[in-house]
Amino acid sequence: MYVYDQHDQKIIDERVAQFRDQTARFLAGDISDGEFLPLRLQNGLYLQRLAPMLRIAVPYGLMNSIQLRKLADISRTYDKGYVHISTRQNVQLNWPLLEEVPDILAELATVQMHAIQTSGNCIRNTTTDQFAGVASDELEDPRPYCEIIRQWSTLHPEFAFLPRKFKIAVCGSTQDRAAIHYHDIGIELVANDDGEIGLKILVGGGLGRTPAIGSVICEWLDKKHLLTYLEAILRVYNQHGRRDNKYKARIKILVRAMGIDAFREAVEEQWTALKNGPSTLTEEEIIRARSFFRDPAYQTLDTALAISQLEDDCMRDPIFANWITRNTQDHRLPGYRIVTLSLKATGFAPGDITAEQLELLAELSDVYAFGEIRSTHQQNMVLGDVQISALYALWQRLQAAGLATPNIGYLTDIICCPGGDYCSLANAKSLPIAEAIQTRFDDLDYVYDLGPLELNISGCMNACGHHHVGQIGILGVDKKGQEFYQICLGGNQAKDASIGKILGPSFQQKDVPEVIDNILSTYVTLRQEEESFLDTYRRVGIHPFKERAYAKAD
Amino acid sequence: MPRLIKHGSIIDDAWQLMDPDCTVPAPDQICNLDQWLQLGDKNGSAVQLEPGQDPSCLFGALEDIDLLVINFPIFTDGRGFSYARDAREHGYQGELRASGHFIRDQLTYLQRCGFDAFQMADDSHLDAALTSLMDFTEHYQAAIDQPLPLFRRRS
Repeated sequence: MYVYDQHDQKIIDERVAQFRDQTARFLAGDISDGEFLPLRLQNGLYLQRLAPMLRIAVPYGLMNSIQLRKLADISRTYDKGYVHISTRQNVQLNWPLLEEVPDILAELATVQMHAIQTSGNCIRNTTTDQFAGVASDELEDPRPYCEIIRQWSTLHPEFAFLPRKFKIAVCGSTQDRAAIHYHDIGIELVANDDGEIGLKILVGGGLGRTPAIGSVICEWLDKKHLLTYLEAILRVYNQHGRRDNKYKARIKILVRAMGIDAFREAVEEQWTALKNGPSTLTEEEIIRARSFFRDPAYQTLDTALAISQLEDDCMRDPIFANWITRNTQDHRLPGYRIVTLSLKATGFAPGDITAEQLELLAELSDVYAFGEIRSTHQQNMVLGDVQISALYALWQRLQAAGLATPNIGYLTDIICCPGGDYCSLANAKSLPIAEAIQTRFDDLDYVYDLGPLELNISGCMNACGHHHVGQIGILGVDKKGQEFYQICLGGNQAKDASIGKILGPSFQQKDVPEVIDNILSTYVTLRQEEESFLDTYRRVGIHPFKERAYAKAD
Repeated sequence: MPRLIKHGSIIDDAWQLMDPDCTVPAPDQICNLDQWLQLGDKNGSAVQLEPGQDPSCLFGALEDIDLLVINFPIFTDGRGFSYARDAREHGYQGELRASGHFIRDQLTYLQRCGFDAFQMADDSHLDAALTSLMDFTEHYQAAIDQPLPLFRRRS
């Protein structure tokens, strides 16, 4: 992974000193609430219902074991001994004290971490595929480009007061695991007709109040133009994005209003002045960025022996066998597998992880996975490089620590924002809904029979729980002071992206599990052989689901 | 006389906004965009842009302008940051002044975007504000104050 040199470290240290000064001036009454707001947000600090929330950046979801131990340590010293993995692969502390945030940032800086631009109307943490570098369907590792974008966007002087927040995602594989169609800018590594790998650029995707799928602004861009092209897009947006209404301020609204062709023309015009300027990437810089993501010291393994051992273990232990099927994936090298650790055990808030679990993960990553850990936008954790022969030992440790729930990609692997229990933006609670659904569907055989299914819950229109792109999405709404839940069906974040359609009037909290049950039974009744929930929905449409869901209410 | 920060020092300032009803500026008067566009002789002129007035309409006469003011009615409206860079990148060499309700914590970003003078709505704490200009000594990106990105300077 990327390692800071003295320049990177200096920038991060100076940012800590700056924020320490800003916090002191705020506490002394020298900065107003209104002026402090964007300053603290650009350092990931929200003032929430019960306490501040600090969102720590995890650039493109990659951490090492030293950083994990530091997070565990910080969560014990400054918080309540647990952290939360967000849907942008970041880490959140729910109970820090404002006065202590500068100290937390100083501690983070000692392990090359920070909270820069994890909130606010600026360029946010760039995200990518959680299987980057190890996926078997990868054209090129996207992480060097994520790191180049991270550096360019960090403390960018021109784009710190944009009309609204701005999110970029990069993907380099056949299957899009980074949801690039739903980002302000989505970037895909693609080959042109000559086989040269470049960048396909999408613009104007997003969730929130007006979900939109990104439009292609450039089919193929030479990698060296990455930063100047991004700068041109951002400059058009910063000058022309709407600022009169925060719900119409995202770039998707501007792109829609201008039309993609006129928007492209405006970008090209800006780009003419920037193209081939000093921000053009040098060959050396691309090589330098790539050098941090080279293969770890993979061993030549006796794969046949390891696989036959694995098969024996699976025969002997069906619970282990099931975990292998549900929570591990093919690695691009035959002797290794990718392991996903579920943070979705029933009874725990989705995405929460304790200090002890963090330390265990740090240890296990050192022993089994070259000391690297990834966070996912589905709010789970990943060990990317585990030898097949080590899987059984690893699983035993995970099982004992509650990190081996075999539900990755299934109904109970719920994506869920912190909701009304923590967040002051929320209209409704989301965590109790997640728990009620996990409790109701505790029969794993039924859950597996339903096949891969994404159920996403957001506590408000800001859509941090990505409800629009869940095959089943649940949105908390406020109806005259009462918490209600709207359900949408048919969302999908993969390359054949689609936005979920609203089923009908919203439901009371107590009725949600029953309604979900009715929706799922409808699918089970109507599905044809091997058909997924999404396939069935796309074939039969929303009406059969609607009829069933509202049948009892009438 | 109002005070402002220019080239890192606090100085008195003689420039004044021109009466909106006048058409010919006296010396040391700053035109609004409409007034400036009407000017016959733009040599030595001063003009103030508001959010929504991008500097492209000045590009033909940047060499004639002595003072370009970009106003920030509210500090969260960041259009002026791009206006400043755009003007500098098109060759503007004169004084580039931020005026209005920006805050001292934005000074370092404003300076990086090409501003060299800062006229704050509240000028009572300029000494303290000066220190904010030195928040950062290293930067990743290219900007007006440092045209080379860090990746072309790393050693």
